[in-house]
Amino acid sequence: MGAEFVQFSLVPILIGVFASIACALPGNFLVLRKQALIGDAISHVVLPGIVVAFLVTGVIATAPMMLGAAGAAIVAVILIEAIKRLGGIEPGAAMGVTFTTLFAAGVLLLEQSDTSNVHLDVEHALMGNLESLIWLRASGWASLTDPVALSSVPDELWRIAVVAGLISALTLAFWRWLKISTFDPGFAQALGIPTQAVGFALVVVAAVAAVAAFDAVGSIIVIAMFICPPAAARLMTNTLTTQVWLSLGFATISAIGGYVLAGYGPLWLGGQNAVSAAGMIAAVSGFVLALACLFGPQRTRAGAAAEA
Amino acid sequence: MTTTPRPVLVSDTADDTSSAPLAVRGLTVSYGDKPAVFSVDATFVPGSMTAIIGPNGAGKSTMLKAVLGVIPRVSGETTIFGAPLGSERERVAYVPQRASVDWDFPTTALDVVMMGLYRKVGLLGRFRRDDRAQARACLARVGMEDFADRQIGQLSGGQQQRVFLARALAQDADLYVLDEPFAGVDAATERAIIEVLKDLQARGKTVIAVHHDLATVRDYFDHVFLMNVRKIAEGPVDQAFTTDTLHATYGGRLEATHLDQLELVGA
Amino acid sequence: MQAFWDALTLNAGYNAALVTLGAAMLGFAAGTSGTFLFLRKRALVSDAVAHATLPGVGLAFLIMVALGGDGRNLMGLLAGSAMTAWLGLLTVEWMARRTRLGEDTAIGAVLSVFFGIGVVLLTVIQSLGQGRQAGLEDFLLGSTAGMLFEDAVVIAIGGALAVAATFVLRRPMTLVAFDPGYAAASGVDVRRIDLAMMGLVMAVTVVGLKIVGLILIVAMLIIPPVTARFWTEQSDRVIWYAGALGGIAGYLGAVLSASAPALPTGPIIVLVSAALFTLSLLFAPARGVLAAVLRHRQFQRRVHRRQGLLALAHDEPIREVYTLRLLRRDGYVRGDGVATDAGRAQAAKIARDERRWDIAREVHQDAGLTGRYDGLTPIEQVFTPDEIAEFDRLIGGPRQVEEV
Repeated sequence: MGAEFVQFSLVPILIGVFASIACALPGNFLVLRKQALIGDAISHVVLPGIVVAFLVTGVIATAPMMLGAAGAAIVAVILIEAIKRLGGIEPGAAMGVTFTTLFAAGVLLLEQSDTSNVHLDVEHALMGNLESLIWLRASGWASLTDPVALSSVPDELWRIAVVAGLISALTLAFWRWLKISTFDPGFAQALGIPTQAVGFALVVVAAVAAVAAFDAVGSIIVIAMFICPPAAARLMTNTLTTQVWLSLGFATISAIGGYVLAGYGPLWLGGQNAVSAAGMIAAVSGFVLALACLFGPQRTRAGAAAEA
Repeated sequence: MTTTPRPVLVSDTADDTSSAPLAVRGLTVSYGDKPAVFSVDATFVPGSMTAIIGPNGAGKSTMLKAVLGVIPRVSGETTIFGAPLGSERERVAYVPQRASVDWDFPTTALDVVMMGLYRKVGLLGRFRRDDRAQARACLARVGMEDFADRQIGQLSGGQQQRVFLARALAQDADLYVLDEPFAGVDAATERAIIEVLKDLQARGKTVIAVHHDLATVRDYFDHVFLMNVRKIAEGPVDQAFTTDTLHATYGGRLEATHLDQLELVGA
Repeated sequence: MQAFWDALTLNAGYNAALVTLGAAMLGFAAGTSGTFLFLRKRALVSDAVAHATLPGVGLAFLIMVALGGDGRNLMGLLAGSAMTAWLGLLTVEWMARRTRLGEDTAIGAVLSVFFGIGVVLLTVIQSLGQGRQAGLEDFLLGSTAGMLFEDAVVIAIGGALAVAATFVLRRPMTLVAFDPGYAAASGVDVRRIDLAMMGLVMAVTVVGLKIVGLILIVAMLIIPPVTARFWTEQSDRVIWYAGALGGIAGYLGAVLSASAPALPTGPIIVLVSAALFTLSLLFAPARGVLAAVLRHRQFQRRVHRRQGLLALAHDEPIREVYTLRLLRRDGYVRGDGVATDAGRAQAAKIARDERRWDIAREVHQDAGLTGRYDGLTPIEQVFTPDEIAEFDRLIGGPRQVEEV
């Protein structure tokens, strides 16, 4: 736990934790609204977003790509809503139509434009590259107070930290609106709460979280963190506040546990190389959810408690 | 037809309905291309307790939802105490149909009642000790004080309905709009609810409720509003709740034998 | 162009022809089996199934290598993917049934966690040695380039088998998809048929992996049924329409992809399918957007016109501007807001119809007919002329109102 840890593991772990928290927060409400798969849809359209951004600007730069991804996510959300309403199609199918089509368009654009020589590929979008985000100039814990060393901390960390902070602030500020328009939209509307705007804003925030997270950790974690920690937390408690806190705890455990297992697990087993941290984080969050499904005190519906 | 033509273009001059707790003009609401409510006019009397009556699919709930801005309307306008809905929202308490919410939501009975205080404390305002006390008092008024911390999914249907009513009480409104408050509740709950509603009326509040049980209309309400897509009749029970209006509302679905038991005028 | 015709007429080589036929059959099977899921409102279950194939691919590769085999044997990889896909399916089922979580949450959890495990296995394979894993990424996005003849045969046979299975099971699956309650009452084991549906979806997914990849196979299962729904209200036809649409998309997509470079098969098939969907969404005769917009505007006009005329008949003021404008345009109200003769006559006719409805409700106490009152349906469409004459007799008073 010395200099090597600070240099190679601290930053990826922090990024993983912030990304997981940024996704798990809106995920709580998505799960309660039975919109869990919006997260799935959003993370699939990130790819076409960054490809279009690259084709338009011609450079691989973070800002335009984030904008492109966010734009694609919002376009996808609007398309899903439009297909749902205009075609009278159930939400799941509308999502399926939208995100697969946009994803296909993204893959096609990628093949058509000669981007093979640049660092922009599907696997990266899916799996991220958490492991490569190392803190080059760190020489130990002391570096945390060294401005020169701090200046070489990967930008991804600051970015995801800001986004996680922003999402936490928004969740806190709109807590009541979110809660009531999720639980009882009719009553919320009668109170004058713009429930549709709240719903849309929630999805946009989820999109921002997904976009900020995918660059560092890839899409798989994004979907897993939207769903697994909140779902596991729901099975542990019947109070919304507790559920949200628990979900943050589970997200953090998954991020740290997943990273450590991916980095050190194979060594313990006698292997040579680390495995995908993103994949392992998703796997650990799934393990947490599985435990909650099997043993969570509130795992069944109130009425069905006796039968289970 | 020799009357002199007079202009039908009228500005928004006040008329006798201007101070009614709820007034509706030419309200049409449709799902798709089928009107569920067609061109309904209604004026509810201050301090009255009105039952909205009609068969299934007559548009009763739809009308209330459209009036409160929960669903969009095709045409028509509504006023609350003579003003547009937006400025008078805090004077209205709405109790949605029990089936319209997700009872598996992770929240407690007391929490639900506190939602009735959201307008009072605002988006960010903190709940104070007396807000909490007020919410508990509202639960007590419906006989649910011992269930304050129970998760809502663990309550019986009648208890859930009481919690909804307590939330409306917490809003401390002047107009109470209830969508099927007696649907699927036990007899004790029905008594408890009607007691609270009568108490509200005694304190000068106006109560409007969608109601299904024709046999209890006379006991519970003093006004009725009969509708079947359009308005059939409205007024005091003695005048508007008659064999004719019920036939017009329900058509052949109303059994003559039932009518006998209703002590109707003209039966 | 020549390349396109060659491909279209299956003259672009054995492999291309087999892949094209396989894709068409796969499209057909995906469209039909996807329809059952779509009608059960479980379209995205296919997403979970598809993502859950990845760990199976990785595991199969590792096992085959451990046994000293090639590791890239398509049959082996497909068998592995089928196993984890099935496990994923059962997990979704179990979570939705035994916990309080919704099926959407179960789907999302399974797809992300299984996929995550799959990615972990891929990195394990990567670390075993350079080049050994070549081809496994193709399962993400599909690739028909460099496909072996045997692989093409596997796909063609798999597609044909899926079509055959759909055909054999079409009756019970249709029954369960449309009316599970009735199906159960008539002795069909709904749960088993549900699993059969999912099994079919799984089979289609596995066969399609190599062509379109595990992310885009979902599109082949979802888009054709949704598209088909725009063209027919008749339950059993949706299935065959969806199959046809899927087949066309598969065939055309494979042909287009074979006729030019840098046109990956999977995305092209999906985009052809999406184009068919977009056309249907906009222009389908009854359920399309264009038709709905026109219908709704007409409806709004009818409501406002009738409300305005009713107000005229009752001598009530008209407040809404749109209503007044309509009545003016129809010549029922003059520019200064006074009703014209035509307007008064029309209003009288509508008022008379309202009276007729009142009488009808008293006379015909069967809700079937009188229940059709919605303020817009002309009474002539509900009652015969002599019935209406009878209403008029009962109304009494002025017998005739001038017709305009």
